Amino acid sequence: MNMMSEAAVEKALDRQMNDISYKMIGKDVSVYYGEKRALYDVNLNVRENTVTALIGPSGCGKSTFLRTLNRMNDTIDGCRVTGRITLDSDDIYDPNIDVVELRARVGMVFQKPNPFPKSIYENVAYGPRIHGLAKAKADMDAIVEQSLQKAGLWNEVKDRLHEGGTGLSGGQQQRLCIARAVAVSPEVILMDEPCSALDPIATAKVEELIHELRTNFTIVIVTHSMQQAARVSQRTAMFHLGNLVEENDTDKMFTNPDDQRTQDYIMGRFG
Amino acid sequence: MSQVSTSPSMAAVGASAKPERRDIGLRGRYAAERRFRFYGMAAIAFGLLFLFLLLFSVVSKGYTAFQQTMITIPVEFSQQIIDKNNERATNPQKLVTANYPVVARNALAKVLGVSEDDRAGLKAVNGMISDSVRVQLRNLVTADPSIIGTTQKVTFLAHGDLDSAFKGQIDLSVPETNRKVSDKQVGWMNQLAESGALSKHFNTGLFTNGASSRPEAAGVGVALIGSLYMMLIVLVLSLPIGVAASIYLEEFAPKNRFTDLIEVNINNLAAVPSIVYGLLGLAVFINFAGFPRSAALVGGLVLTLMTLPTIIIATRAALKAVPPSIRAAALGLGASKMQTVFHHVLPLAMPGILTGTIIGLAHALGETAPLLLIGMVAFVADVPATPMDPATALPVQIYMWANEAERAFVERTSGAIIVLLIFLILMNVGAILLRRRFERRW
Repeated sequence: MNMMSEAAVEKALDRQMNDISYKMIGKDVSVYYGEKRALYDVNLNVRENTVTALIGPSGCGKSTFLRTLNRMNDTIDGCRVTGRITLDSDDIYDPNIDVVELRARVGMVFQKPNPFPKSIYENVAYGPRIHGLAKAKADMDAIVEQSLQKAGLWNEVKDRLHEGGTGLSGGQQQRLCIARAVAVSPEVILMDEPCSALDPIATAKVEELIHELRTNFTIVIVTHSMQQAARVSQRTAMFHLGNLVEENDTDKMFTNPDDQRTQDYIMGRFG
Repeated sequence: MSQVSTSPSMAAVGASAKPERRDIGLRGRYAAERRFRFYGMAAIAFGLLFLFLLLFSVVSKGYTAFQQTMITIPVEFSQQIIDKNNERATNPQKLVTANYPVVARNALAKVLGVSEDDRAGLKAVNGMISDSVRVQLRNLVTADPSIIGTTQKVTFLAHGDLDSAFKGQIDLSVPETNRKVSDKQVGWMNQLAESGALSKHFNTGLFTNGASSRPEAAGVGVALIGSLYMMLIVLVLSLPIGVAASIYLEEFAPKNRFTDLIEVNINNLAAVPSIVYGLLGLAVFINFAGFPRSAALVGGLVLTLMTLPTIIIATRAALKAVPPSIRAAALGLGASKMQTVFHHVLPLAMPGILTGTIIGLAHALGETAPLLLIGMVAFVADVPATPMDPATALPVQIYMWANEAERAFVERTSGAIIVLLIFLILMNVGAILLRRRFERRW
């Protein structure tokens, strides 16, 4: 990357060291699916230019929390969110906030690779196109190339940009989905178990990619793999039965957690 | 014993003594599978048999309708008969009202050598010629009055009964008084056929003519145009309305009691007998809105109402079949709901929507009962110029012809069924091709 962004990274890291800068702040977040309560007053802050991993056993509410961050829960009937979540200083559940604009700022990568049944180029160009980010064809070409490069996919697909995105391998498809999310230039990228459908080699590539993306984006990742959380994240949050059990530096979390339940989960006693 | 089994040599012996196999019912399971396959094949064979019987019965009865017996002879346009007093310059009605059948009868009598005084013979000769010759010769003369007094070679339709006899559809072994064609006429028919004056031609009239009480002059022309108008109206109205309704219900409408009620009602409407739609159309479009009776417009509107539930159900099923991950991907990128639907969901659902639409249209094309109630079961001889003009439809034409007594209408009924079946097959092939064309994998 160029000097500008490196300077930005250093500045961000500097800020992190001195006073922590929070990109998103969740305060007393509760989620209900109809009568059923899925999250209990979660207070969790997401630090800027940091990878935050959400771990916990199945059904603990980590994916639910992730989806509150770009209001993907809105699409589920009967889902209700209380509490307050801010992105920078904007309350994202404020009626004045446009959900379309929010999702352009908070992108998402899903568990299963879900490229559109269109060409690789069209997959990446779709987001910038609907948000009007590129005026000319050359601008769009540049965005597509940069996004694919950021996703580490450019060299593999540059000769077949106009072939179907669904013809790629699983790992390539997932990186295409990451490129698609990156193309909109979001501030935060949410990843919901992005490697659960991938083989170890593809997983390694995606993890490496997450590591690089941290310089430009704030990342929140849900994962079932403790090793993955340890490898890619700087902060880890542990959920259990809809409660946030503990949120800490990843190193501390995996060596000397504050909470007994975290210890038990990491040791494999449950979950 | 345990000591023995540990020695290697004895272990080999132990392995050769196989343990008794458990009976896990393999034989029974395979037998069940074979039985099931047999049932399946039997069911398919049964279905194919009836399909074959249907097609065979229709085609074997109907293929002759595509040929028509015609008589080609020199016809003398006698001034004596057409315009005895030479008053056509002053009385334009003269050429219209002239006795043209006599012109044709005399021409045929001359060829057959029947004397002008043999009244019974002339009557028999007249019975070999279609009454439609009146209109044909009149048109010839009014188009060019100078042919009066000349002799022209004219090809005209043989009478329907003679047509049936020539096609071998009349049993000549029954007593002469019990059949429509006399022995004398059969003799003349063979004589004319030998001389080449009487032969079978391709029946273009079947596709261009309207209703006629003379089977040889009747055709599905009006019915084809009427059906075409109705299909266009149904397509233009039901596709946009049906797809819009389904998209709203499937993607935008909140799921509550009210939308549940609507869904149940749409499913019920799909099962409402079509004749009820006919009554509805009669009450709403004709009695209340005042549209003309027998018009293709009203028929199209009624069939639209009937087709809508089919299209809505097919479209909703196609929309439901689009993987939710595609919606999530688009929404996650910040696409609005409408962009998600129109950029991603709808293109993927398109094959299903088109298939449903064409099946709905094919259903509408074959529908008869509602059209009976809005007056499309009418005797319409003139080709309708607009959808507001009286028209009939193919299935109604079949229904009307099936009620006719003449032998020649039997083959026409089957012929019209063949035409209808060809259109249905074309539509279904179109559905398959469109589905192939739009199908995308994900």
